[in-house]
Amino acid sequence: MTDPATLFGLCAAALVGLGVYALIVNPQPLRKIIAFNVVGNGVFVLFGAIAHRGAGAGWGGDPVPQALLITGLVVAFSATALAVTVLLRLFDETGSATLASDVPAKPDAAGDA
Amino acid sequence: MIDALNAVLALLVLGLAVWTVVARSTFAAAVGFVAYGMLLTLAWVQLQSVDVALTEGAIGGGLTGAMLIAAASRLRGTEAAARAERPGLPIRLAAALVAACVAAALAIAVVSLPDPAPTLAYETADNLAATGVGNPLTGVLLAFRAMDTLLEAIVVLFAMIGVWSLAPDRAWGGRPGRVQRADPDGILAYLARVLPPIGIVVAVYIFWIGADLPGGKFQGASILAAMWLLAVMAGLADAPPVSRKWIRFALIGGPVVFMAIGAAGVVTAGAFLAYPDGLAKPLIKVIEWALLPSLALTLALILAGAPERPVR
Repeated sequence: MTDPATLFGLCAAALVGLGVYALIVNPQPLRKIIAFNVVGNGVFVLFGAIAHRGAGAGWGGDPVPQALLITGLVVAFSATALAVTVLLRLFDETGSATLASDVPAKPDAAGDA
Repeated sequence: MIDALNAVLALLVLGLAVWTVVARSTFAAAVGFVAYGMLLTLAWVQLQSVDVALTEGAIGGGLTGAMLIAAASRLRGTEAAARAERPGLPIRLAAALVAACVAAALAIAVVSLPDPAPTLAYETADNLAATGVGNPLTGVLLAFRAMDTLLEAIVVLFAMIGVWSLAPDRAWGGRPGRVQRADPDGILAYLARVLPPIGIVVAVYIFWIGADLPGGKFQGASILAAMWLLAVMAGLADAPPVSRKWIRFALIGGPVVFMAIGAAGVVTAGAFLAYPDGLAKPLIKVIEWALLPSLALTLALILAGAPERPVR
C-alpha cells in the first residue's frame, strides 16, 4: 500500500468529485449544503495530506497549513450555519424549501410551520 | 497492518460520503454526515494532525452535524415535493462527467506532488522558541499568522450577526430558536444533567493544554457550546434574548482584547500584532483567555439560530 498522505489525498479527490456531483444533482437546498460540506472536507483533507508530506523538525506535519486548516474548518462551519439559517427563514416565509424558479403560489403548509 | 487500516478507513469515509449523497431522506443523510465527520476525525489522526482532528470532531462533525440534523427534521415536510425536481438522466450523466473530471484532475495532482515536499516546519521550529509556546500550531495561530486568527474570530462574529439578521421583525431582540420540550425524566434530560460537568472539564483541559500540546481555544469553545446546547435541547436551560447588553459585551470581548493587544504591538514592537520580546507567551495567554468565552458564546448562538420568540 501507499503512504497515508497519498492514500488520503486520493480519498480527498474522490470526496471533492462526489460532493460536486451531489451539489449539481440534488434539488434540495439542505442536501446541497451537505454536498458543499463534502467538497469542503475533500479540500481540507487534501490540504492536510499536503501538510503531512511536509513533516519535519520532529513534527508529523507542516504546522503552518495545519493551523490554517483549523481556521478553515471554523470558517466553513460559520458559512454552513449562515446557509442553513437562510434556508430555514425561506421555509418559514414561503412554506417550501425549493430553489425552483417557478414556485407554486402559496403552498398548503401551516403558517407557523 | 496500519496501511490496511488506513485503506479501510478511507473506504469507510468514502462509503459514508456516498450515503450522504444517495440517502433517500435528508434526515438519514444528515445522520450519515455526523458518522462521516467522526471517521474523518480518525483520518486526521492518521495524517498526524491531532489538533485538526479535535477541531473536525468538535466543529466539523459535532456542531455542523447537530445543525444539519435539526434543520433536516424541521424541513421534513418539504421532501416529497423536492424529489419531483430531481433532474433527468442527461443532466445527471453530465454532472457525473464534470465531477469525475474534477476528481481525476485532483488525483493527478496528488500523485504528482513535488518530492521532497516544500515545508515551513523547520522555519517554525527555529522561531517557535521566541513565542514561548510548545504547540507549533498555537505558535502559528497566535504569533506567526495571528492576523488570520483575528480575522477568523471576526468572521465567526459576522456569521452570527448574519444569523441574527435573519430574524423576522416581530421577533427581533427575542430568544433564538423554538421552545424545546423534552421528557424531564427521559434519557436526553438525564444526559443533559450528567454530561455538562464532564464536558466543561474536558473543554477547559483541552483549552489549557493548547499552549503546549494538541488542543486550543476553538476546540474548547466548541465543546463548551455543545454542552450548553445539550442543556437547551433538553429544556433545562433557555437561550437568552439577543437584545441583552451582557451578550453584546461578551461577544465582542475576545476580538476587542485581541485587537487592543495587536494595536499595542504597533507602539511596543513596531508592527500590528507583534509582541514585545519576552512577553509573547503571556500576551498569547491573555488573548486565548479572552477569546475562549467569546468564541463559545458566538458558536452557541450561531447554533441556536435566528431569534424567533419576541420578548414579552
